[in-house]
Amino acid sequence: MSVVSNNDKVQAIDYSTKEHYLTKVFQSPFYSRQEPLNHLKEWGRWADYLSPRAYTCSAMEYFACRNACTVFDLTPMSKYRISGKDALPYLNRLVTREVSKIKPARVGYCIWCTDEGQAIDDGTIFHLGEDDYRLCSQERHLDWLLTNTIGFDVQMTDETHEVAALALQGPTSCATLRKMGLEEIDSMKMFDIRDFPFEGTQLTISRTGFTGDLGYELWIDPGHAEVLWDRLFEAGHLHGIQAMGDEALQMLRIEAGFIQCRHEFMPAHATVRSGHTRSPFELGLGWLVDFNKPNFNGRKALLAQKKSGHRYNLVKLDIDGNKPAHDSYVFTRNKKQIGTVTSAIWSPSAKASIALATLETPHGEPGEEVLVEIYYQKELKWSRVMATARVVSEVFYDPPRKRLTPPADF
Amino acid sequence: MTDNNNHIVIIGGGHNGLVCAAYLARAGKKVTVLEAAEQVGGAAITREFAPGFNVSAGAHLLYMLDKNVRKELSLDSAGLSFSQQNMRTTALAEDGNHLQVSGDTLQGGTISDKDRQAMKEYRRFMNRFAGVINRLSNRIPPRLGTRDRGDWISLAKTALNIRLLGKSDMREFLRIAGINIYDVLQENFENPLLKGALSLDGVLGTNLGPRSNNSVFCALHRLSGLQGMAMPKGGMGTVSTALANAAAKHGALIRTSTVVSRILMEGDRVSGVELSDGEKVDAGTVISSADPKTTFLGLLGARNLEAGFAQRVQNIRMRGNTAKLHLALNGAPNFKGLNQNQLGDRLLIAPDIDYVERAFNYSKYGEYSTKPVAEITIPSLHDPSLAPPGKHVLSAVVQYAPYQLKTGWSESKAAYTGQVIDLLAHYAPGIKDQVIHKELLTPVDIESEFRINGGHWHHGELAMDQFLMLRPVPHSAQYASPVNGLFLCGAGSHPGGGVMGSAGRNAANAVLGARNNEDLQS
Repeated sequence: MSVVSNNDKVQAIDYSTKEHYLTKVFQSPFYSRQEPLNHLKEWGRWADYLSPRAYTCSAMEYFACRNACTVFDLTPMSKYRISGKDALPYLNRLVTREVSKIKPARVGYCIWCTDEGQAIDDGTIFHLGEDDYRLCSQERHLDWLLTNTIGFDVQMTDETHEVAALALQGPTSCATLRKMGLEEIDSMKMFDIRDFPFEGTQLTISRTGFTGDLGYELWIDPGHAEVLWDRLFEAGHLHGIQAMGDEALQMLRIEAGFIQCRHEFMPAHATVRSGHTRSPFELGLGWLVDFNKPNFNGRKALLAQKKSGHRYNLVKLDIDGNKPAHDSYVFTRNKKQIGTVTSAIWSPSAKASIALATLETPHGEPGEEVLVEIYYQKELKWSRVMATARVVSEVFYDPPRKRLTPPADF
Repeated sequence: MTDNNNHIVIIGGGHNGLVCAAYLARAGKKVTVLEAAEQVGGAAITREFAPGFNVSAGAHLLYMLDKNVRKELSLDSAGLSFSQQNMRTTALAEDGNHLQVSGDTLQGGTISDKDRQAMKEYRRFMNRFAGVINRLSNRIPPRLGTRDRGDWISLAKTALNIRLLGKSDMREFLRIAGINIYDVLQENFENPLLKGALSLDGVLGTNLGPRSNNSVFCALHRLSGLQGMAMPKGGMGTVSTALANAAAKHGALIRTSTVVSRILMEGDRVSGVELSDGEKVDAGTVISSADPKTTFLGLLGARNLEAGFAQRVQNIRMRGNTAKLHLALNGAPNFKGLNQNQLGDRLLIAPDIDYVERAFNYSKYGEYSTKPVAEITIPSLHDPSLAPPGKHVLSAVVQYAPYQLKTGWSESKAAYTGQVIDLLAHYAPGIKDQVIHKELLTPVDIESEFRINGGHWHHGELAMDQFLMLRPVPHSAQYASPVNGLFLCGAGSHPGGGVMGSAGRNAANAVLGARNNEDLQS
């Protein structure tokens, strides 16, 4: 089941093997292992897949990730294989950064835009081999990626359903993989990709993640999904391995300061209201925009925006008190409304109420003090505080172990 | 900035390319026109198709030439003259009772008084409405969603043009502009032959049948030249020669047999073009009179464009549905019931409006019409220089002949040609014996001879969704393209095809205007 494009060839998706029309939703190839562990039966949706919101207790899962290691099912993530003679120029036209800087067997973070310079999604490019890349993202982008093939000699394959993937994250993740018998896993640096023989198939591991901690992502064919899960949990047994759902992941990624599509920005192609989209500059991702490239989607508009100035700054807020500032308005000291909180938690590791927020320019310089209007309720009684908050430049939680190579043994 | 940055290269020496070159050269610019063919003119040429027989190989009637172009470039003193002007139209009837149309006057046929009256009113409002299109044609379309004063003034003028029609005519204009000509003709007329003939105004050269929407719009566009049909002396090539003379007089350099193979980029702006022999011609500004698909996806390459724009270009509807027939005849043909006086008219085979719609039906399914419609001229009657003494040339626009023919044109061209000649023979018995040589250009032939992607003579279907600020696509509808230094000036741009020259003139204005903005200063 895949989609292949070579310019004018007719596209067709063959879903006939998937019987998804009976269930309306796909089960992950790890479902048989997730289901018994999911005591809460709290299933969310990630695109066309079931995705656990939490297995037992999201706080426990969070702590497992910060103190041991957790397994999160990444299979629903969109995975597009881009290969062929023009794979590099294709990607360079698609995303705003210079893709040639992503060396073979390395992963690079990227963002891509419409012609109008508005963010469609962010994601990662895996440089798997010569003229062979994989683009991963939260949202589905088949149509846009096919549109982008016009004039390029590339093959674009949707392998979302062909590749099962797990994120193994946390301080004991390396030890777990080593115990599983993956030789020299220690020598992998951040953003490295390496293949390992595994149960007669190939297991691809990248030292990447969405938790801001030491961690890896594991990629394998769906036929070996269950055995991979089993082997991981055997090896990780004494390393505190736990299955983790999306709620815990949200806490982790906010602590790490990672933005997420549909939280910090709307995918431009799913946005109908004028002005409700964001440019990379407005997401703090100006460093991913390389105007040395003569052409990429959105270049002209972004050049113009660079000149005229962008509308919003995405900032990290350190908020007084202990109330999470969900969906809060942000004000100046003079009570002028200047923005909204996009993601907020009480951070167990930073021991602070933290948030990501979008502020109208020129607000959002590090050190600026703002007010955050927080509504909270205790037993149905609502209260409101105007909490003082500071714009901070550092990530809320950034342990050195995340970068250390070889990782420390926990 | 080097000298070459001031050099302007125009790709294609069709009439629009030449017009653009002439205006820019007149404004003191250093201009070079690069034409792939051996002679200038593009689809406005006269060429020999059989020994001693010459024909206007593309467009064969002149009725839209921009009056500003004619005057401002002094085309009359540059060699433009006519062998026939204000030509009448004769709609051929199968029974020989033909109908002659001259302006709003009808002769022959079996025309009721009611139709005669209706014709006067029809011409009145169609000409008025065509005047609206005419005024839109002579300027750079406004951009939408800007705060630019010029855009707002232009938009306001557009609205004002329509408002100034007056309440009653404005209402009628807004009512019919988007609908189909079948309904409008049914509302106004009784006579089938008349309706058939008038319907061709809305469908010739298009992918429309009389019942397709946009066919009224196409008719208005066709009438928007606000002039009668004419034949240039020496064929359509005379127009192009006059334009080339005007351009050369102002100092433009015109190179023929010079094929541009690609547009060159340096960083994010054009730096010139590369020719098929590898020669590079440096230029700070490149203006293409080639169609938008050829320009953007062929010569420039989609990789130099943003993806959304490239997709819009790829989606432009521009597949031809019209063929061109050229016959070398050893004598003047004899049409049943047609007197000598009428033989030189614009002759139409469209006996009734349903006949035209049926002819169109085939093309929807990738088939050619078994009973085509045709617009026939015999230019050698007016201009004996086109054929050897006593012999004649017949030139006909024939529909429908879809670009993407299911059976393939290499397989089916001979059969279609035979069928078209059979059709002619139905009206002009004996013509088959007069044919010395025949040539049929299918859209595929038109594509290769005139280098028009899809073989559509308008470089893109004329329709309201591909007109004005939507032609060829947004972000290149003001002749400037998203690529710095690259402009369009061909029929693919507003106001479209037909030998007008308005696109070339507007493009020159856009280029000259752009000289003042930062886009061209870098």
